[in-house]
This record gives sequence, structure tokens and C-alpha cells, in this order.
Amino acid sequence: MSKKTTENEGKSGTAKAAGPTFSKPTEPADIFTEEAAATTVPRTSNTVNSKANGVHSEEDLFTEATVELSLDSPRSSRKNEETSKPSASSSSSSLSAPARQAKPPPAALEELEDEEEAELEDKFDVLVSVKDPEKVGDGMNAYMAYKVSTETTLPMFRNKLFTVRRRFSDFLGLYEKLSEKHGPNGLIVPPPPEKSILGMTKVKVGKEDSSSADFVERRRGALERYLQRVVNHPLLLQDPDVREFLEKDELPRAVSTQTLSGAGFLKMINKATDAVSKMTIKMNESDAWFEEKLQEVESADQHFRKLHALVESLVVHRKELSLNTANFAKSAAMLGSAEDNTALSRALSQLAEVEDKIEQLHQDQAAYDTFSFAELIADYIRLLGAVRGSFDHRIKAWQRWQDAQAMLQKKRETEAKLLWANKPDKLQQAKDEIVEWEARVTQFERDFERVSATVRKEVLRFEVRCETLKIFKYQPAQYVFSIFVYFSPQLIKYWEAFLPEAKAIA
Amino acid sequence: FQFIGIEHVVKTLRSVSVDLNNDASLLIDIPDALCERDKVKFTVHTKTTLSSFQKPEFSVPRQHEDFIWLHDTLVETEDYAGLIIPPAPPKPDFESPREKMHKLGEGEATMTKEEYTKMKQELEAEYLAVFKKTVQVHEVFLQRLSSHPVLSKDRNFQIFLEYDQDLSVRRKNAKEMFGGFFKNMVKSADEVLIAGVKEVDDFFEQEKTFLLDYFSKIKEATAKAEKMTRSHKNIADDYIRLSATLNSLSAEESTNYYIIKFCLKLFQNFLRVCLKKVEGRVASDEELKLTELLRYYMRDIQAAKDLLYRRARALADYENSNKALDKARLKGKDVSQAEEHQKRCLQKFDTLSESGKKELTNFKARRVVAFRKNLVEMAELEVKHAKNNMTLLQGCIELLSGN
Repeated sequence: MSKKTTENEGKSGTAKAAGPTFSKPTEPADIFTEEAAATTVPRTSNTVNSKANGVHSEEDLFTEATVELSLDSPRSSRKNEETSKPSASSSSSSLSAPARQAKPPPAALEELEDEEEAELEDKFDVLVSVKDPEKVGDGMNAYMAYKVSTETTLPMFRNKLFTVRRRFSDFLGLYEKLSEKHGPNGLIVPPPPEKSILGMTKVKVGKEDSSSADFVERRRGALERYLQRVVNHPLLLQDPDVREFLEKDELPRAVSTQTLSGAGFLKMINKATDAVSKMTIKMNESDAWFEEKLQEVESADQHFRKLHALVESLVVHRKELSLNTANFAKSAAMLGSAEDNTALSRALSQLAEVEDKIEQLHQDQAAYDTFSFAELIADYIRLLGAVRGSFDHRIKAWQRWQDAQAMLQKKRETEAKLLWANKPDKLQQAKDEIVEWEARVTQFERDFERVSATVRKEVLRFEVRCETLKIFKYQPAQYVFSIFVYFSPQLIKYWEAFLPEAKAIA
Repeated sequence: FQFIGIEHVVKTLRSVSVDLNNDASLLIDIPDALCERDKVKFTVHTKTTLSSFQKPEFSVPRQHEDFIWLHDTLVETEDYAGLIIPPAPPKPDFESPREKMHKLGEGEATMTKEEYTKMKQELEAEYLAVFKKTVQVHEVFLQRLSSHPVLSKDRNFQIFLEYDQDLSVRRKNAKEMFGGFFKNMVKSADEVLIAGVKEVDDFFEQEKTFLLDYFSKIKEATAKAEKMTRSHKNIADDYIRLSATLNSLSAEESTNYYIIKFCLKLFQNFLRVCLKKVEGRVASDEELKLTELLRYYMRDIQAAKDLLYRRARALADYENSNKALDKARLKGKDVSQAEEHQKRCLQKFDTLSESGKKELTNFKARRVVAFRKNLVEMAELEVKHAKNNMTLLQGCIELLSGN
């Protein structure tokens, strides 16, 4: 154990020393090669490794974004975030086609970013999408059915392109199975979005307003990102339950998910954290890495929850602004009609029209704030929860080992007592039990070490994974860019059109 | 909170009324104001060539209550019944920033030092904005008076400008004398009375219809504009808090994700530089130009309605005096008295109608000019801010994509 510790410490030590440059140490590459050994997903394809090229592909991302940003519905701007991924990758791959043949050098950070793009081009990729939510049934038994489409080149699937219909509880059911199977091993199992009784009730009852449309769209996006994360994980992709979820026409209804309500889910995460924090004190942590990591994760969680609340507040206020602008536009039009000076009357009506158009801009921006910002932060918070869950499983493994050691000790004491009491037949039983528990102790110790190694690997993977980077790198850029490309110019256009009308007042 | 000496800042905020300070014979402004606790002390500065004043230039300290006193005495003066008395400036209202300051103080423990400082700065800016607004609106009130041919000569107005002692004694006396009688009368059911009058004059018939309708519409528009600017302010506040949180996140010692830190820092800079400044400024410019404009003219139209009301009362008095005269003639008693009374009523009514017509026509012109000025300035500012935003954003994008 200590040997491994120093190794790992060494690795993480280098990571810490890296600083804000773009040459990360070998460690990520090791992770991937390790994974390559375990699975059939070698990350040999690598596009670029120089900083210049990295910048170049980023610019391509922006170029694509310009093209994709069709200026109207929140839908399209949401799609952009999605479609910009593959289109950017196609451009970056065309840039670096010759480089792909080369063996991957020590990973620079852009490599990993571009690698994510390249992943999609990789002949072992799996691309999933969740689309076309459709209401099935009526009243309180109604539910939303989503089209889950998979595009893949992997030979383990029957077809290259296939679609199934799934409902929300199916996704939850998949998560339950995966977390049951892989969680205890220390895997960070991606979490699905929470159940929402309020949200779904509105949809079931048939409330056809923008808030229920919003809710469905948010959920659809969250489910899609959830599923993509699952298939991106090389170990989870191999799980037959995942394949079944993607391929099988009809899935047996997942019943036990009924307990996984939003509140229940959060409670579960919170209970795990409490348990972890309590146990960390008791656990004689021989590896400071875990303690530090956990602290980092918890502090990040705190901050991001705050961030999320603020962004949600922004969304609410922007929606309010939109509503208030619309109301003002109406009242300005009324005032214009009451005005007896002709030119002023016309100007006021024009003002009303401008405010109306601006209201639409506010709406769009609110939608953008929601889908590109708030939702991804929520995703990240859920992922942090899953990370904490993996730490919890490690603690549990440790506990099991400790309990086994305690039991072994008890058995030894029993043996000693029996020796002294001179009961030969019971003594044999005691000796047998000691052997049994010795084996258990060895097994659990190995389990604990294995789980620890997995947790560590998983956390490093999580840290380096582009989904983390995507949120914090591309999202701010796209957000800024959208305002630059769309919202501000529109504002200018509207007010410049109004100016002559105002000047014409006499 | 103490702001000492808003020197010449107010001069830039002449948004509501078109330059009233045109007539060099009597120039009034409020160059300075002090805010102590919640009492605002205005320095009223006068420059005049008129011989009716003792000195050619002088300043006096005045409180809000003094302005109200002046307004009320003008309203109560019978001679001015045919004039639109400029609306009284509203009481300085620091409630909103004060409440926010209180909340900030309570929440200080939960914020980082930087967040707290930023929020405090924003609140101070809000205080300042309220302060500027109230100074402006008091100034405009005086300037309306000084530019009016009749009101500028009012004795009480002169006292207000010149008297270098405390006006509070006078204020108390005035209250005892009038008790706000006429003012209260006007406030209640003016619309009913105005609407009920059988109008013989076409001009006034049209004015009546127009003003009543316009008043309700502008009241509505004012309320909606206020809500809109409040929403803008909320968003600006959100951006402040957002940037502060991102700042502490990127400064976190334990955040090991270097790239994240870097990006967050950029993003936070973006928020701080671009959106906060621009959104915040959009909120206050919009408010000044649009909301204040609407608010001011809403009050002005109320003043115009008050004029119509007084005229309607005068007409009612005249009609009553007619009836009284008929009755007197019937009874054969006090006829000459009744005749006198009737003549006086008619005279009063005619005077009111004549001056009222002039006032209302001027009012119309004034309103159109003010709307034009403010709408043009508002549109120009909006364009300027959006363009500003674009420039700042361009810088941010270069920064973000260049890393």
C-alpha cells in the first residue's frame, strides 16, 4: 500500500507543480494506457500536440459556432452546443490528419481536449442522442417517451445506427443497476437528472405553457448528457445493461426507481457525505491524497451550488425582465394612441415595437443562460456528488477490511480461550474459522487497495476529462460569443432604427 | 451615509425638463447637497439681475419640507387658480438602498471580503443615484417656477430663495392657516367633478377628455417602466454576485484544476468588466430618461387636471350664483348682493378659463419637446452602450480564445 502511495503521490505531485501551462505530466497518458489494457478502447489516435494547433482548433470551434448560431429559438442555440462538437472535430481532424498516424507523445493538455473531439472520430466511438420527447397516455399515468439514438462503429453492437424509445424511469433504472454493480468498485458512475414531481405533474396534467416546455427540454438535455457520459466511460460501455439499454426494443419497467425521487437522491448523496466525513476522522488515512481530494471536491461542491443558485436567479430575473418589457411595450403603445401630437404618437408606438423586439431578445438570452449555463453547472454538481459517492465506497471497503480484522481478532481470542478450556472439537472449528477469516482479511485488504486505486484513477480521469473542461472552457467562451455575435448587434439595430423616429418629433 | 458636495454632478442630469434655466434675469440651480441620516439639505443658489432681490447672487440651505411649503402656498393662492402649479418634488426615498444595505450587513458573515466590498460599492452607487435624482427633481421644480411669467414674481418664492434663516417657523404658521384645505379638496374625486361639468367651450371639452385619458395611460406606463428598470437592476446585481463567486472559486487554494481556474478567472473578468458595468449603466440611464420622464409628466398632468378641477369648481360656483340670483329676484331680497356675487363668479371663471387655456397650450408644447429630447437621448445611449458592450466583449473573446 505504501509503495503505491508514493507512486501516486509522485504523480499527483507533478500534477500540482504543472501550473497554468499546457504541458501536463505523463499521468493522464498512463491512465489511458491502463484503461487500454483493461478495455478495447485504445486512445492511440491523437490529433495535435502543439499549442499553436490547439488554438487553431479552438478558433474552428468558434467559426462553427458562428455558422451554427441561428438566431432564433433557444432550441437551435442548444443544438449548437451539441452540434458544434462534431463539426469542430471534423475541422480539427482535417487539420491534423497526417499527425494522427503518429504515436501519441506525452500528453499536452490540448491533446486531451482535441482528443475528446477526436474520440468522436475514433472508430471506437459511440454517439448517443436523446430526442423528440413525446407524451404517452393521459392524466396521472402519462409519461414522456424519448427517442434514444445511437451511432457507433463498435463491432459489439448489432447495427451502426439504431433507435429505441425510453422513458425517464428507464434511465433511472440503468443508473441503479450500474451504481449497484460498479459503485462499490470505486467507479464514478455518472448520475442521471433528479426526479421532479412538480415538473412532471405539470406535464401530465397537460399544462401547455413555456415552463413545462422548459422542463421537458432541460430534462431531455440532461438525459442526453448523462447517457453520453455513460458510454464515454470505457468500463461502463462494456456493461451488458448499457448495451441492452441502447439496443433492446422493449425494456422491463424499472420499478424500484420510484424511491429515487429528487429529494431522495439528494438525501442519499448527503447521507453518503456525512458518512464519509464522519469516517474520515476515524479512518487512519495513510494516504493524504484522498483526504485532500475529498476536501477539494467538497469545497468545489459548495461553490458550484452557490454558482448554480446565482445563475438560476439570473434566469428568473431575465424572464421577469422579458415579461416587464412586454408589459411596458403594451403600455407605451396605449400611451401612443392617447397622445394627440402625431409625431410623438408615432414615436411612442415605435418605442413600443422596439421594446417588444427587445423582449424577445431577453427571452432568448434567458433560454441561453438556462441551457448553456445553469444546466451544465447542475450537471457538474451532480458529478461532484458521484465523486463523493466513490470516496464513500472506498471508506466502506476499508470498513469491511477493518471489520474482518476485528472479527479475525475475536476468532483468535476464541481459539485461545478454547485452548485454555481444553475443548478439542470446538477448537478445530475455531481453527477453521480463523483460516476463513484470515482469507477474508487478505481479500478485503486487496479489495480496499483495488478500490482505492480505482477511485484515484477515476478521480484523475474526472479531473482531466473534457466535460470538466467543456463547462469551464468552452461554455464561457460560447456564452460571451453569443452575446457578441447575436444579442448586442440586435440591440444596436433596434435602437438605431428608433432614433430617426424620435428625432422626427416636433 | 454621508455624501458631501455633489459638485456640478447634478448639472449633467437635466433630463426631465428642457433647459429651463434660460432666462438670465433669474437663474437658479442646486450645486450642492448634503445627506445626513435621511435628511437631505439642498443648497439653493440664485443669480439674478432683478432689482426685487437684495443681492445679485446668493445661496441658502433648504430642506425638502421647505419645497413642499412653497408648493402648497402657491396652490392655496387664489390668484394662481388659473395656472398649472408645477408638481411638488417627491420626498427623497432612500428606502430601497437602505434596506439592501441592512441585508448586506446581515449577510456579511457569509461572504468573502471581496464580495462584501463589491456589493457595498454597488450599494453606495445606488445611494448616489437616488441622491442625484432627488436633487435633480427639486432643482427642476424651482426652475419651472423661475421660468413662469407669473409664478416667478411670487413673494413666497422670493422668500424661499432669499431668506437666509430657517423657514420652519413659516412652515408651521402656513399649516395652521390653511390646514391643507384646498389641497385636500382637490385630491378627492377631481375626476368625477371634471367629468361631470357641462362644457360650453370646445377647447376645454377636448382637453378634459384628453387629460383624463392620458393621465391613466401615463400612470400605467410609468408603473410598467419602473418594473422594467427594477428588473434590469436585479440582473445587474446578479452579475455582481456571480462575478464575486467566480472570483472566490478561482482563488480557491484547494481548486486543483488549473485550467478551470484560468477559465474561471477570465469568465469572471468578463462578467465584471463587461456585463456589470454595461447592465448597471443601462439600468440607470434608462431609468433617468424614460422612467423619470414618465413619472414627471404623470405628476405634471395631475397638476393640469387640478387646474381643470379648479375651473370646474369656478363654473359650478357661477352656476350656483346664477341660481341664487334667480331665487333672490323671485323673493325680491338681497338682489344687488346676489348680482355682485354672480358678477364676481363669472369674472373668476373667465379669468381662469383664459389663463387656463394659455397654460394648457404651453403645457402641450413643453411636453412634446421634453419627450423628444429624452427619447432621442435614451436611444443614443442605448446604442452607445451596446457598442461599448461589443468592444469589451471582443476583448474578452480574444482573451478567452488566445490562451
